[in-house]
Amino acid sequence: MTYQDASEFARSWGLVFLMLMFGVAVVYALWPSNRQKFTKAAHMPLDEEPEL
Amino acid sequence: MPPGVIATMVALLGAAIITILGARFAVDGDFAAHMWIFTAGFVAGIVWLMRRYASGAPADDRETYANDVVRAGVIASMFWGLAGFLVGVVIALQLAFPDLLYFPDLPFTNFGRLRPLHTSAVIFAFGGNVLIATSFYVVQRTSKARLFGGLLPWFVFWGYQLFIVVAATGYLMGVTQGREYAEPEWYADLWLTIVWVCYLLVFVGTLWKRKEPHIYVANWFYLAFIVTIALLHIVNNMAVPVSFLGVKSVSAFSGVQDALTQWWYGHNAVGFFLTAGFLAIMYYFVPKRAERPVYSYRLSIVHFWSLIFIYIWAGPHHLHYTALPEWAQTLGMTFSIMLWMPSWGGMINGLMTLSGAWDKLRTDPVLRMLVVSVAFYGMSTFEGPVMSVKAVNALSHYTDWTIGHVHSGALGWVGYVSFGAIYCLVPWLWKRERLYSLKLVEWHFWISTIGILFYITSMWISGIMQGLMWRAYNEFGFLSYSFVETVEAMHPYYIIRALGGALFLIGALIMVYNLWRTARGDLRAEAGNTPLVPAAAE
Repeated sequence: MTYQDASEFARSWGLVFLMLMFGVAVVYALWPSNRQKFTKAAHMPLDEEPEL
Repeated sequence: MPPGVIATMVALLGAAIITILGARFAVDGDFAAHMWIFTAGFVAGIVWLMRRYASGAPADDRETYANDVVRAGVIASMFWGLAGFLVGVVIALQLAFPDLLYFPDLPFTNFGRLRPLHTSAVIFAFGGNVLIATSFYVVQRTSKARLFGGLLPWFVFWGYQLFIVVAATGYLMGVTQGREYAEPEWYADLWLTIVWVCYLLVFVGTLWKRKEPHIYVANWFYLAFIVTIALLHIVNNMAVPVSFLGVKSVSAFSGVQDALTQWWYGHNAVGFFLTAGFLAIMYYFVPKRAERPVYSYRLSIVHFWSLIFIYIWAGPHHLHYTALPEWAQTLGMTFSIMLWMPSWGGMINGLMTLSGAWDKLRTDPVLRMLVVSVAFYGMSTFEGPVMSVKAVNALSHYTDWTIGHVHSGALGWVGYVSFGAIYCLVPWLWKRERLYSLKLVEWHFWISTIGILFYITSMWISGIMQGLMWRAYNEFGFLSYSFVETVEAMHPYYIIRALGGALFLIGALIMVYNLWRTARGDLRAEAGNTPLVPAAAE
């Protein structure tokens, strides 16, 4: 594999792969059934028991 | 003494013997000096373990969470912070008054040696200790699990301090591999690699045994910071030592590949050390201090992944109009512009976490410091992409504008978010009701805010003026100004910059005094000193 092949692969399929992965992350963030889990997670710093 | 402690002491003894041999057979004096520093560090480690475990395991070993190592991290952060800010003021004065502060007989006072001492002290010694300490604090609370690895967190802490001492003394002696933000030579790099892998083990091990099903978003940012810094550090520092008993090494890369590797590292040190790591602090300490949940957890997930996917490509914008291929320069610029998305998404998320608690900004200077840090984050990450545009970069590059930009991010964002977090941490860790004095926090806040404004406005003017003077030419096509004329024109702004830095240092001194009194258990009687009491329900 030459530098040219590697660079063409990275610029085409590499881009598609990274965009798809980012799409998966966005879908995960917006998936309706995750809403409750995320609301609970947003409160995590506030839900700690006092340590004294 | 527990068997783990004895095994650690034996390992330290072995390491000390190896470094003594290194010092004995060193081919240059600098290497011998550094091997003796390593030896002293390992021996100090043995003595420290003996004292800590002299009368059985200390109480901290049996508590739910390991707090001693976080306390040590807070102290180290403030110590290195003061050192780094002080050196910054010194080199700012050297630039403003070069004839007064130039000592040819004392090479270690030269600007060229003190400058990396300043950058590494503030970024890696101050910032790094803040990140290690806060990550150890946050990951335990949000995982409801004690730090993994027994003595391993202590090894990470002390090992990191040893790295700092080796790096700092190396700069003063003139030991450098000449790579921006990665000046320490190969043996210090190897030591940091060991420490950093242990840091990753502690962090992942703690997440592994967590009792919460969900990994809180702050921990994602911390993990991204630890993993990416490991990757960047190893690739950027790939080098062949000239001798295994000497300081000098030769980079594995050459020419433009070397330049791109350095800025791939350099910019992602900004992206993953100074941004991702401190965003983790924001996502824990802002909600905690404001007593409000994260504004949008969904946005925090999109913020995280877009930051991760985009930042790593932005490095080439440091190499505009160089031998780097044109397409790579354009790629770096495009991805830098795209970074507006995560940075403003993150800023909005941090600021809006205050919705319903805006009144606290008036009464709680610690929260105000955290919020101003987020505002500086938004501002400097707006400015950065603008400067990455090639047409703007043609004016800004190599000028003081860059220095101003870096410091609006470093003093405003990294500094303030760290100060805010430490102001929160000290009363929690030392089990005090509150800080010694909120009035002193007010003083700190206003003195250093004015200092930052002096700093960045003077550097904007100086930098843009410098850029315009460099490119000005007359009707015959000759340059209008010689280089030294631009230097002379910048003199007043250099004085203002030094003043700004001095104010920032004074603010930090006030902070240290306040924290010291807090840790001692003193409470200053002050009117309206109850910012943490929630307002009555309506």
